[in-house]
Amino acid sequence: MAAVLLAGFVCVWKLQERVDAERTTLQLGNDELSLRSPAVMKKLSLEYAPLLGAIYWTRAVQYFGGKHQAHDQNLDQLWPLLDIATTLDPNLLVAYRFGAMFLSDAPPRGAGQPDHAVELLQRGMKANPVYWRFYQDLGNVYYFDKKDYLKASQAFEAGSKLPNTPPFMKIMAAKIAGEGESLETSFALWLDIYRTSTNQDMRKNAEDHLRLVKMEMDLRAINQIADVYEQKTKQRAKRISDLAQAGLLAGQPQDPDGFPYVLGEQGKAEPNPKSPLREEWLKEKKQRSNELLK
Amino acid sequence: MRNIQTVAANTFREAVRDRVLYNLVFFALLMMGAAILVGQISIGIEQDVIVSLGLTAISVIGIFIAIFLGVALVSKEMDKRTLYALLAKPVKRREFLLGKFFGLVMTLTVNTAAMAAGLYIALWTVKHPLLKSDAYILVAVYLILLKLALIVALALLFSCFTTPFLAILFTAGMYVAGLFAADLRTVHGVDIDPGALRLMRGISYLLPNFQNFDVMGAVVHGRGVPSVIVWQATLYAILYITIVLTGAAVVFSRRNLK
Amino acid sequence: MGMPQGAIEIENLSKEYPYGFLHLKKKKSLEDLTLRVEDGEVFGFLGPNGAGKSTTIKLLMRLIFPTAGTARILGKSIDDVSMHGSIGYLPEQPYFYDYLTAHEVLDYFARFHGLTANDRRARVAAMLKKVGLDTAKKIQLRKYSKGMLQRVGLAQAILHDPQVVVLDEPMSGLDPLGRREVRDIILELKREGRTVLFSTHVLSDAEMLCDRVGVIVGGKLRGIGAPGELVDMKAQGMEILFELSGAAGNLPLLAKAARTGERYRVQLPETELYAALDALKAAGARILSVAQIKPTLEEYFMHLVEADRAQASAVEVSGK
Repeated sequence: MAAVLLAGFVCVWKLQERVDAERTTLQLGNDELSLRSPAVMKKLSLEYAPLLGAIYWTRAVQYFGGKHQAHDQNLDQLWPLLDIATTLDPNLLVAYRFGAMFLSDAPPRGAGQPDHAVELLQRGMKANPVYWRFYQDLGNVYYFDKKDYLKASQAFEAGSKLPNTPPFMKIMAAKIAGEGESLETSFALWLDIYRTSTNQDMRKNAEDHLRLVKMEMDLRAINQIADVYEQKTKQRAKRISDLAQAGLLAGQPQDPDGFPYVLGEQGKAEPNPKSPLREEWLKEKKQRSNELLK
Repeated sequence: MRNIQTVAANTFREAVRDRVLYNLVFFALLMMGAAILVGQISIGIEQDVIVSLGLTAISVIGIFIAIFLGVALVSKEMDKRTLYALLAKPVKRREFLLGKFFGLVMTLTVNTAAMAAGLYIALWTVKHPLLKSDAYILVAVYLILLKLALIVALALLFSCFTTPFLAILFTAGMYVAGLFAADLRTVHGVDIDPGALRLMRGISYLLPNFQNFDVMGAVVHGRGVPSVIVWQATLYAILYITIVLTGAAVVFSRRNLK
Repeated sequence: MGMPQGAIEIENLSKEYPYGFLHLKKKKSLEDLTLRVEDGEVFGFLGPNGAGKSTTIKLLMRLIFPTAGTARILGKSIDDVSMHGSIGYLPEQPYFYDYLTAHEVLDYFARFHGLTANDRRARVAAMLKKVGLDTAKKIQLRKYSKGMLQRVGLAQAILHDPQVVVLDEPMSGLDPLGRREVRDIILELKREGRTVLFSTHVLSDAEMLCDRVGVIVGGKLRGIGAPGELVDMKAQGMEILFELSGAAGNLPLLAKAARTGERYRVQLPETELYAALDALKAAGARILSVAQIKPTLEEYFMHLVEADRAQASAVEVSGK
């Protein structure tokens, strides 16, 4: 009898695997939410709203993680989930921060919806007026994703006026107001997030961005050295080793993943073809040139 | 075989004479009416709303009936001792159990069909004529029925060895757990112990995966459901129900009646 | 071998129930029962409530399972469900599907016996007449009185012409008329050559109907035999009721007598009866009655139950 039941369950297991495969490939795309209205949800949840808020927050994180694991770039349910979670519990600070980061960040990292991120943060600020980090996050959204340096600087400035804010905020406000986008600023902004985030996904994302910015900074430095070389030898260097031989560079500089940089066409520094960072770098370049053409 | 039929027919008769059933079905039809009203408010998607509300009503009411009647089937007979005279006849205990199962499934089929008819009428009043694509709603209804049959089997199993109250609780609990079974498989977290993850995966396969029967997402927006899904769901239901009923038969055959 | 089979043979049948916290303690509701009911006999199970009569019957009908021992009905083990086709059972305080009519209930039960449709119709009709429910057959059982339900119970027990009929407290809750009807049906079953086993706690029913009787108290079989024998075995002597006025002298008898006014009641062993009567006559007493002291079944049970309890507490005291 036990053997029969065991055999039965094994069959069930196997069948379930097939069912799962069928259902995902056909993307039956069941909505994560059967009720889309946050206001209605709030009414329905009576006194359990914060609990439900926590549950929706958890679901948002699971949703996000699941999509990442499946390499699925479509994060369109993220905003609705966070919208409901923060409506149910306006004090879920981490939800606002998470949302700000991953709603505004471009795919494949995030949903690429910076406007929603702004909306979310503004709601957060209303409910939690003295939490200065929302201003930091708002500044990041304007700086990184909306490229609106005026508003970014203003956000940092406003945040710096709140009690107990570190000088970091004022410094950033000034730097952005003065320089607009700069690698140092970007690095500093991501570094702060990296150091102070308790959420693992956020920290990992900050780390990824830091690697890219560091790489850009390295490439810029190498290019400067290459320019010096050109000045000196009236030629463009062909390989990194040329620069080393000329005594301008010590050793072989490596990107954060450990791959040595190379010189590409026109003697400009580039990430190593074998490095996983190269793909990102190419994408950034393309995006930048698209923007310039506009 | 004949005994199973006899018990099934009697169970059906009992359900038909139970007034509670009519109230529930009436309520469902009321929901169809409400769906029409709600549909008027949401311009452009009246159809989606009606189908969505209608299928939800059929599902929810069906689940209520499946759980409460499913538990009552055996509990009432044991409680009221109607079982005593019956088991003194040349009937095997498992024939009794299977008869109850099929009787309730028949009842649910009739109820669900009635509610589905109501749904179609509601749909027709809003947008006549009905298109061939609306037949997909029947697929969703069929899958709901499979789900209900599985719930009935679970209710029977639990009522064979616990009190009616606990049986209802366990059955409802199994249903809720089964809904989230798929999510358990894709739990994401960097800090979770791999052993625990494996355990969760294992449990997620053993639980009744009720999301297998859920095609609302597709049907509500007028998309079709591939037949593969339907066949697999049917096979899954048959397999799982067989396991559960076998367990119930074993438990019930050894049980000392009060 | 060579001995003819009894209709019901029970051997060392026992039933224990776990109870208490964590089900660690065990209660013996039936202990080591061995008895035999012969073909064609009417056998009565006598005993107070909770003695184990119902337990025995439920064990026989496979509603509960024995902790030890076996039993056979018509030569087949009680585990054989097909054997149920030859036995009929009336449960204690029967209750049937109250949304059905008597006709429907009997028809329902009849279907389990593999009768043809015509046969079924005929039998159901015959049974309804036999138990006097013909006129009420279309009324839902929820409207039936207890007596009527009992009659439905009897009908479903015998409708398939069973060789052995088992009735659990068939007279309980019935008015005298109802009881007489049940008694008549049992006698008719006997005339038809069927074996009947029934349980009761009323001695007079047993006396009137049974060929033999088994007395169960506290889960154990205490005695078995013809009803008259059983109680006679315990006859406790003679009782004289007499009137004596005036000075009776020092009749040693009077010391043992209970007195109300001028009436005396004295009990003594049968052997001393005639000597006492002579003495009383000589003293001028007026003898009102002379009777055998027959304990009632109730007293008999009480006696056994007390003995049981005394034994149980002795066991407790001794710390086992």
